[in-house]
Amino acid sequence: MAGLALTPENGVEIRRRISIMPESPGLYLRLSVAENLQCFADLYEVPGPRDRIDRALRAVGLADRADDTCGSLSKGLRQRVALARALLPDPQVLFLDEPTAGLDPLAARDVHDLIDALRQSGVTIFLATHRLEEAERLCDRVAILNTTLRTIGRPDELRDRLFAKTLTVRTLIPLAEPGRVFAGLPAVDGWRQDGVRDYVINVSDATLAAPAVIRALVQAGADVLSVGESRHSLEDVYLELVSEDEEARRR
Amino acid sequence: MSEPVTAAGKAGGAPDARRVHSISARRVRAIYRKELREYRRKGSIVWGMAILPLIFLLQPLITVFTLPAGASGQLADHHELLYMLAIPALVPATLAAYSVVGERQQGTLEPVLTTPVRREEFLLGKALACFVPSVAIAYAVFLLFLASVGLFAQPGVAPALLRGSDLLAQLIFTPLLAGWSIWVGIAISTRVSEVRVAQQLGLLANLPSVLVTTLIAFNAIHASLLVALGGAVVLLVLNRVGWRLTSAMFDRERLITSTR
Repeated sequence: MAGLALTPENGVEIRRRISIMPESPGLYLRLSVAENLQCFADLYEVPGPRDRIDRALRAVGLADRADDTCGSLSKGLRQRVALARALLPDPQVLFLDEPTAGLDPLAARDVHDLIDALRQSGVTIFLATHRLEEAERLCDRVAILNTTLRTIGRPDELRDRLFAKTLTVRTLIPLAEPGRVFAGLPAVDGWRQDGVRDYVINVSDATLAAPAVIRALVQAGADVLSVGESRHSLEDVYLELVSEDEEARRR
Repeated sequence: MSEPVTAAGKAGGAPDARRVHSISARRVRAIYRKELREYRRKGSIVWGMAILPLIFLLQPLITVFTLPAGASGQLADHHELLYMLAIPALVPATLAAYSVVGERQQGTLEPVLTTPVRREEFLLGKALACFVPSVAIAYAVFLLFLASVGLFAQPGVAPALLRGSDLLAQLIFTPLLAGWSIWVGIAISTRVSEVRVAQQLGLLANLPSVLVTTLIAFNAIHASLLVALGGAVVLLVLNRVGWRLTSAMFDRERLITSTR
């Protein structure tokens, strides 16, 4: 962890290099924002605590609330104070547990930007979240847990692992002979009709298949409304894994 | 939120052994100061601590005020003042019992225990924060008792009652008894999962100290220099052992992860 062996003797030094923001902010509600941060700056023994507190508060947009008691803050603001507290020691590894829980979309976006900036600056961030779009947006690698660890990898890897790549085609009127249009095209593995005017084409390489499909449609005289690469979200990945688990349990 | 805090201080390598094993005064002070700030913001904590000793004051005051002027001779073998030593044993009990489990129930313990603070530092800070107000209250109540006796007791009673040896015993044993009570309370607080249970057990665990001081006050145990010295040494050792034992009982992992 942070360059140190995970042994009890290294406990203090490891905790010095990491920082944790729990799901519940765990602030001292009778103390002011600055007093809360002062306590943690001393626990981390950070040099120049006042500057560091100012910097952390500016980073979460709370510079003007330093003297407010934490008990008087909204849930979202408390969440931000907890984030400022986690930033105090300039951690090498940062654990964030549901950092945007309870935040309005604007505040959540600010937190996302901050996490992104920290990532860019070289901080390793472990983000635990139920918001899969958040994981998709922020994480380089994703681990999906459903009681146990179900899968781990880059979001694109997970998608490729679970879902076939497809193109979706929509035409103005149904194709007369779709089998003839899509047959023998490069990188096309198969197709199926989805509704009246929609076609789902399984492909092995979308960059090769898409131009060929469009050319074939034009040659067949089809009025093409749209051709797009199907994109499975991380939520689709999660739901697929969970349904696999449930099926296995039923069996 | 435009100004990210960057990852600094990334020096790797093994930790400095001296730094790992030494107690950091700054971290102890951080815990202590935080506790005192909380007391200040919620004055009822300290006032609540003072109520019990004030009630405790009634019995000896009534006894002393009802003594006739000629009773001073009978007081030669009595140590009414030592009865007041029950106060430092009882006052910090509830506060100490709250110290760990209370924070745990409020959800404020987890963030603290994930910082570099060592358990000994955390416990010292907590103990100091219980010790200072408790001893201050115990001395204040004692001074109130002395003032009341000096002002309102029958002539001759006060000089017979307020003996130097008893005053010295009060001065020395107050912090020792408070310290022991605090370590017992914190030890209980680290192991239970309910504040109310911790406070009840904390009070019960201090009854033996109260019993001993009461037996001495009522002369069931004869107060002598040897008893005083022996008692002081035992309490000093108990305080030292209490700190170490409480530190050993403090299971950081369980306190963070366990729901019980």
